[in-house]
Amino acid sequence: MIETAPTRLQYAASRESTPAGIAATYGHFIDGAFTPSSDGATFETINPATDEPLAQVAAGTPADVDRAVAAARAAYEKYWRPLSPARRAAYIYRIARAISERSRELAVLETLDNGKPIKESRDFDVPQASAHFFYYAGWADKLAYAGRGGGVPHARGVVGSIVPWNFPLLMAAWKIAPALAAGNTIVLKPAETTPLSALRLAEICAEADLPPGVLNIVTGDGTTGAALAAHPGVDKIAFTGSTEVGKAIARNRAGSRVPLTLELGGKAANIVFADAPIDAAIEGIVSGIYFNQGHVCCAGSRLLVQESIHDEVVARLKQRIETLRVGDPLDKNTDIGAINSRAQLARIHELVESGIAEGAVLHRQSAALPDRGCFFPASFFTGVGPGMRIAREEIFGPVLSVLTFRTADEAIEKANNTRYGLSAGVWTDKGSKSMYVAARLKAGVVWCSTFNQFDPSSPFGGYRESGFGREGGLEGLRPYLTLDA
Amino acid sequence: MLSLAPSPAVDAVMLEARAADFSKRSLKRETKRAAIDLAIRCIDLTTLEGKDSPGRVRSMCAKAVQAVPGAPSVAAVCVYPNMVAIAKAAVAGSSVKVASVATAFPSGLSSLDVKLRDTEAALEAGADEIDMVINRGAFLAGDEELVFEEIAAVKRLCGDVHVKAILEAGELGSYDAIRRASDLALEAGADTIKTSTGKIGVSATLPIALAMCQSLHAFHHRTGQRRGFKAAGGIRTSKSALAYLVLIDEVLGAAWLDPDLFRIGASSLLDDLLLQREKERTGRYPSPDIIPKD
Repeated sequence: MIETAPTRLQYAASRESTPAGIAATYGHFIDGAFTPSSDGATFETINPATDEPLAQVAAGTPADVDRAVAAARAAYEKYWRPLSPARRAAYIYRIARAISERSRELAVLETLDNGKPIKESRDFDVPQASAHFFYYAGWADKLAYAGRGGGVPHARGVVGSIVPWNFPLLMAAWKIAPALAAGNTIVLKPAETTPLSALRLAEICAEADLPPGVLNIVTGDGTTGAALAAHPGVDKIAFTGSTEVGKAIARNRAGSRVPLTLELGGKAANIVFADAPIDAAIEGIVSGIYFNQGHVCCAGSRLLVQESIHDEVVARLKQRIETLRVGDPLDKNTDIGAINSRAQLARIHELVESGIAEGAVLHRQSAALPDRGCFFPASFFTGVGPGMRIAREEIFGPVLSVLTFRTADEAIEKANNTRYGLSAGVWTDKGSKSMYVAARLKAGVVWCSTFNQFDPSSPFGGYRESGFGREGGLEGLRPYLTLDA
Repeated sequence: MLSLAPSPAVDAVMLEARAADFSKRSLKRETKRAAIDLAIRCIDLTTLEGKDSPGRVRSMCAKAVQAVPGAPSVAAVCVYPNMVAIAKAAVAGSSVKVASVATAFPSGLSSLDVKLRDTEAALEAGADEIDMVINRGAFLAGDEELVFEEIAAVKRLCGDVHVKAILEAGELGSYDAIRRASDLALEAGADTIKTSTGKIGVSATLPIALAMCQSLHAFHHRTGQRRGFKAAGGIRTSKSALAYLVLIDEVLGAAWLDPDLFRIGASSLLDDLLLQREKERTGRYPSPDIIPKD
């Protein structure tokens, strides 16, 4: 018998082949039609997995924002406010169904523009986006039950929304669905690096005969977003993105009567006790940090593991990350896709280097990265001190920091020792301990023995510098309603 | 004697979620051809019916050695003890091993003496492997020591002969219990842990297999020893068999992708694997009648 080294099971490269149907150029979607920028300027959106350009997109100017807000105002007065709530619901249901029907195409488009693996865009982003529209469509004619007494709440008017690049379509759905259900019209600014799925959603809304001006999309960079956030014609602002920009918007809007919803950064603690179902905890740690390349504001990026099982957890993590497949995001076998942009990749490198310089030990999967495109391997740090930048700053990449604790109270103290407070995870087989810890964590969402679970009916949002206001559920509908005359 | 550390808890939701992922990997063309042949080489071709006769067993053994020209042999045939001698003669000269169920299969509810005598009969007839059932009644009554001792006694009797401990996972009631029984059987000396007898409604499922493989993984981590896994019952299609290969590869590693460490107990599965093999070879689905019935 000849001894041969074991060969791993080989998977067939299986690229999702549904065409994404990307046009060469895109204008803003204003008043029901695609129109170029007022000064004709455009910018390029690229596929981060190949560095190749996908399309030219209009660069929004203050004049474009003016036009979009005016269109939204006119549509609010002319079509959307007078419409019966049941008819409004019918439009939103129609959008929800169209997203489901075109789910493959949307998944491919999202993966091309964002870099996330097709299995995630297909199984998470697009179904969740559709579910959000379905959920809020149901609220449209039940607003009488959405108040807190004192009358039937009604729409605020024109909503300005700015969304990030990590879940482009889903974040757009989180903003658009409740805004429309409450009876508002909306101007949405997608992220500079990922405008395409929101523009496709605009096409879908047009095909669903949504009245012109009810939904408007203005593409552009941060300056376009700033123009929208500061626009005097906007009655409500919803922003998801960095804490830095969120603070700037809050400063700008201070003293105005325009309410804000801010969903910002995070540095979530994922707490693993020695009595946790260990195999499940390993999976939860992995999905908590490596889901969507770690481009998740609620990522479990600070692992707090009970000291007695630290070595076992680290050994298991080292083995587990070796099985993650990093590469072509369109391949159905891919677990870790491309980092969204060169700028983000540089930021991840910069923080990882700071971790090494400060004395932490880096472990990374050994798989080779693709020759081109923006990629970073699944990685984690051990020997992390609580004061290191990698323990305190949001890396927003597939990099985990491992710290230890001894008792439940110490775990709670360390978990809360952050300027953020968006999410947290608790892993123990003991229900009473789970509840004790969860109740003391200052985080908007606490997942017990699971991580990254979402449902349109469940509110999501942060404490402290992770922002304020909630999205999802009744709590996520109320910011779009008012009792004011 | 029994001084086994507590087993870690198993979280059913996370277990089932991860198990579902193993069906989503893509095996096509060359990778599918390779996986189909590997699956065939890992089969324990099984007949365990009251109506089993010498003729039926010989016919199955011939198919086990070579079902169609070019196809690899399966790993073993699995029969009742009184069919072992017939099977041994029928597979003589081939690589196919003869496994025998024993220990009052399928219930396992008999005295230890009877179980050992049952095993002895199979060994005397020349069995290469013993598929024993664990004492689920004792396990569920909390008598882990009895379960452990019976497995250890059978292994002592078998010596170098390979012992597969059948947990009958579908009767154990929870993934926690399946994990516990796996840890117990490995500690007691079982060479392989096997999901099911195939005689009850719930046989092998991907989550059950995952819970058992997590036990094997931890055992390897703790002792450095690689022990085997056998999925049995309810695996009828190539697609489901390939999902088990993915599970083994991703949870235990490539070293386990070998008939010494991984088996699939099945009867009709082989026909579907052969059909898919032919389809991959010719590009067309052949008539099912080109696959010989056994």
